[in-house]
Amino acid sequence: MEFSRRDTLALGLGAAAMTVLPFRVNAASEDAIADFTGGADVAEGGVTLTAPEIAENGNTVPISVSAEGASAIMVLAMGNPTPDVAIFNFGELAGSSSASTRIRLAGTQEVVAVAKLADGSFARASSEVKVTIGGCGG
Amino acid sequence: MASGVRPRVKAPRSAEAGEVVTIKTLISHKMESGQRKDSDGNTIPRSIIHRFTCEFNGTSIIDVKMFPAISTNPYFEFDAKIPEAGDMVFTWYDDDGDVYTTTKTVKVA
Amino acid sequence: MKISAMTAIAAVLFSVPGLVSADADDDQLVINGEIEMTTKTEPPAHLDGALPEIISGWHFRADETQALQMDDFDNSGMIFVDEGRAQWNEVAGSEGKSCASCHEDPSSMEGVRATYPKWDEDAGEVQTVAMQINDCRENNMGAEPYGYTSTEMANMEALIALQSRGMPVDVAIDGPVRETWEEGKEIYYTRFGQLELSCANCHEQNYGNRIRSDHLSQGQINGFPVYRMKNAKLNTVHARFKGCVRDTRAETFKPGSDEFVALELYVASRGNGLSVEGPSVRN
Repeated sequence: MEFSRRDTLALGLGAAAMTVLPFRVNAASEDAIADFTGGADVAEGGVTLTAPEIAENGNTVPISVSAEGASAIMVLAMGNPTPDVAIFNFGELAGSSSASTRIRLAGTQEVVAVAKLADGSFARASSEVKVTIGGCGG
Repeated sequence: MASGVRPRVKAPRSAEAGEVVTIKTLISHKMESGQRKDSDGNTIPRSIIHRFTCEFNGTSIIDVKMFPAISTNPYFEFDAKIPEAGDMVFTWYDDDGDVYTTTKTVKVA
Repeated sequence: MKISAMTAIAAVLFSVPGLVSADADDDQLVINGEIEMTTKTEPPAHLDGALPEIISGWHFRADETQALQMDDFDNSGMIFVDEGRAQWNEVAGSEGKSCASCHEDPSSMEGVRATYPKWDEDAGEVQTVAMQINDCRENNMGAEPYGYTSTEMANMEALIALQSRGMPVDVAIDGPVRETWEEGKEIYYTRFGQLELSCANCHEQNYGNRIRSDHLSQGQINGFPVYRMKNAKLNTVHARFKGCVRDTRAETFKPGSDEFVALELYVASRGNGLSVEGPSVRN
């Protein structure tokens, strides 16, 4: 296989674009957040989202969320075909406002947690998870 | 998918009154996302568990709304406060109307 | 200039710029905070220096994946052990028997996974656990055999493997099994498929390197059946062999074939000394 200068340049630009924009952030995620918050402002911080930096398989990605005193935490995968993942509502007998689960990510993307805090305000945290595509299907 | 759904729960048999304990749950379910296509190119309809709840003597510990992005064989880990002896009831709600329930009895030492 | 196809393929397969080369890590596998597993040890003598150390596939996985095997309530494979336990107690076939009718508790299977595949005197051949299960079903229970890599078979294998968890793999390679073992070794070192890859090319010569973004292990099978995050189910040894051979772009042998039975015996023997881990969790 031979590459011309032009082909090589095009490939490089393509790859660069892929790196910068793994997925277009979809308007559905903004709507989902608005549904959850009722349109209230969302501050950064006050929520802990633990997710792997690199997921070995996008089919099963372990994540944890925690926000002290929160009554609910919503998790979104901004690059999935539908961004909603889960909404954790913590009851009277919750031992903490934290939970762990395993989620599906369609590709490298931003995972977001939005918490409804004890005072009724909202806070968010996000984390980029790189999803690798393995060589061995098995 | 009523057949082949099997819950698995880790909860302590006993606790101190007021103690916070960690609970882990797994259940076998394919969690068909509604995004996949079969070999003929037809969309495979969504079929997931869309809600999971855990209550202790009727009071909520956690109530989770679930979407198709939750992995096959859903897993949850969370903390529960044990105020007294009683029953911890775990319930999973399937899209097809089936409800799967399991109960763990916790003693207070 | 002419670069051979193999060199070009090898260059693609075994280099991922920007990713640090990642050897097996030094983490410790302790399950449920109490079962200490041997995941790295001296190679068996028959390997004759081919590997400096034998290493469980667990060490080649990310911390998040490793954690899923450290507690039986994080390990999704355990759901299917429970399923296997239900099958164990289920009466099937013309004789009105379940596994439990003869074998009582599954704990009677302690040590089985560690020594299989092994010679079966009556059958006059090397048998795998799967073959033994189906032999029982057909000849003692009068029941339909399970598909060799079916869900039911994987569930039953997981239940049986669990009874030996933590015990060292100790597969016999001498005596009547020797011929089959030699056949398995021959297959292990034979290049298959359009990519002309042998098991050894990846799992002996390149473990610790990356094949695209997959971290190559030694291909040890002490953790089977394995719950893979990729397909969220238990996978049997022969299903994995099939996937591997297919990835070399070859026509594969069939699960349960003489070739895969021989290969299973040989590959199992390469892990003599590692702990039985089944059901393990991998990516």
